[in-house]
Amino acid sequence: MITFTLKRILQLIPVFFGATLLVYFLVFATPGDPIAALSGGKPMSPAVADALRAQYNLDQPFWVQYFLYLKNLVSFDLGQTFSGQQVSDVIARAMPVTARLAVMALAIEAVFGVIFGVFAGLKKGKLFDSTVLVASLLVIAVPTFVLGFVLQFVVGVKLSWAKPTVSSGAPWGDLILPAVVLGLVSLAYVIRLTRTSIIENKSADYVRTATAKGLSRRRVVVVHILRNSLIPVVTFLGADLGSLMGGAIVTEGIFNVPGIGNLLYQAILKGESATVVAVVSVLVLVFVIANLVVDLLYAWLDPRIRLV
Amino acid sequence: MSENPTPEIIEPVAPAPKVRAGKISSRHIEHYVAPLAETPLQSVDKVDETAEPLSMWAQAWRSLRIQPLFIISALLIILVILVAVFPGLFAKADPTFCKLDFARQGPSAGHPLGYTFQGCDIYARVIYGAKASVLVGLFTTIAVLIVGGTFGALAGYYGGWLDAVLARITDIFFALPLILGAIIIMQLPAFRENKSIWTVIITLAIFGWPQMARITRGAVIEAKSADYVMASRSLGLSKFKTLVKHVVPNSLAPIIVIATISLGIYIVAEATLSFLGLGLPPSIMSWGNDIANAQISLRNNPAILMWPALALSVTVLSFIMLGDAVRDALDPKSRKG
Repeated sequence: MITFTLKRILQLIPVFFGATLLVYFLVFATPGDPIAALSGGKPMSPAVADALRAQYNLDQPFWVQYFLYLKNLVSFDLGQTFSGQQVSDVIARAMPVTARLAVMALAIEAVFGVIFGVFAGLKKGKLFDSTVLVASLLVIAVPTFVLGFVLQFVVGVKLSWAKPTVSSGAPWGDLILPAVVLGLVSLAYVIRLTRTSIIENKSADYVRTATAKGLSRRRVVVVHILRNSLIPVVTFLGADLGSLMGGAIVTEGIFNVPGIGNLLYQAILKGESATVVAVVSVLVLVFVIANLVVDLLYAWLDPRIRLV
Repeated sequence: MSENPTPEIIEPVAPAPKVRAGKISSRHIEHYVAPLAETPLQSVDKVDETAEPLSMWAQAWRSLRIQPLFIISALLIILVILVAVFPGLFAKADPTFCKLDFARQGPSAGHPLGYTFQGCDIYARVIYGAKASVLVGLFTTIAVLIVGGTFGALAGYYGGWLDAVLARITDIFFALPLILGAIIIMQLPAFRENKSIWTVIITLAIFGWPQMARITRGAVIEAKSADYVMASRSLGLSKFKTLVKHVVPNSLAPIIVIATISLGIYIVAEATLSFLGLGLPPSIMSWGNDIANAQISLRNNPAILMWPALALSVTVLSFIMLGDAVRDALDPKSRKG
């Protein structure tokens, strides 16, 4: 177990470095002068431009720049925003909000996705199954921002069941509606994945054996069919945590949530490269860790999988 | 493609439980079939031995063409493509003729859906907006198929260092979700200043190909261990020719399914980017831009947002449904149940 964890962490290191290198390359080393972008396209005195280049190490060769960036990253020195705040402080303020949002969305996906998926799979071809299938396709086909607007308008404004925008501090209650919007598309995928997996497993030999030896239907479904069907679902959920935090850009924009997505979007619009690279590095780290957790869960779900 | 016998066709005949002389035979050998009175009826008798063998695709087509889901989605896709190619046939009004006098007016004669915030004809804009979405979806899918498909097939077939490199690269790209990665690329000066359909396609393809590479790799690995691949190699066909002639055609099924579904997903991604102001330039008529522009009038005139959103969703839905129907048709297991 410990060897496995260590091995997986070692495998994750190239992914982390590769992804940050990619983003760093895209943000800092592509055609177009980031310093010129800083001044909003207006002319800038050469002395100021040179000083800024030196400040962001842009006068160094690319590999030196990346190395210096990594060095700063390890010491949690992520640079400054244009308004002079430490990027690490800004991220630390926004992170808990997005984390709450993403965890709620993930919980909604996991609970409702698995429940609907199991019932649809067990009653394949029946009315409930067809309804769920069509509904899930509809949710996938409608863009998140349209869903967000419509739900905000109907639930938030017309019915006033929830606040249309999130108040400062982003309490849990205010985040329910944004979390539903954020998790809805993935919910559709979880339902479909669970359903397929259940259909595949419900005619397996061990299910027949379990039924034949007189186990109750509930026990057969929960312990035998469901547990064996969960592996692809858990894999998806793990990978999805990363996309949820990245995908929060749209949802956080609509509901005015002061989270990572909003921060990233504002930084992109302003051309604040230091913030963009820092936020994306954090998101990559979350994705990588979530995948590690998923790998460790495999062994619990299926004891035949040994972690060596 | 159809010359290649796939394992599915041989299967029903080969593992017959009780072999009786003359009962099971290939079509070419003359054989004695006992009259019904002499032998009890068995399941083998159901096989029509004189029928032409069907390829996997022909079988899939047979079950597809009677499926309502397939018929509906195929008709919708044909309609959307027609609208995208000949918008003038469907809308008489000029979508770029906008007069503030008409702003937010309801439906009137010749303008069935009313007017936008800027006084443009909504129906005409919905019709003319189809082109951008269809182009982005189609060309992104083609680019992803070429890059991801080639890389994935080579990695899955040859294995070794190529496979290892691909695995690492796809790992890296998977750590960056499609929308997030696309936003980063679209804000680069080189892309932000030259916004067009092509920059959106390139951006979506850059972050879309790793998924296709993984799917292709898996399908190729599954196909390459089949007996007909070994047969082809033993008959002296070179390794590369075997890949092109036998392995790739036999691993196309999951690739086509994912490509169809992804096409819909790319259209949604384009709309999302346009909505964020990072996708298509405002000069190009697109559903994403129109939805983004309709935000401000959502509370009083939801119809302005609803129509382009509806057109977008129906288009995406028909591609996803088509992919779904094809997947079910190509999977013999699901066909039986």
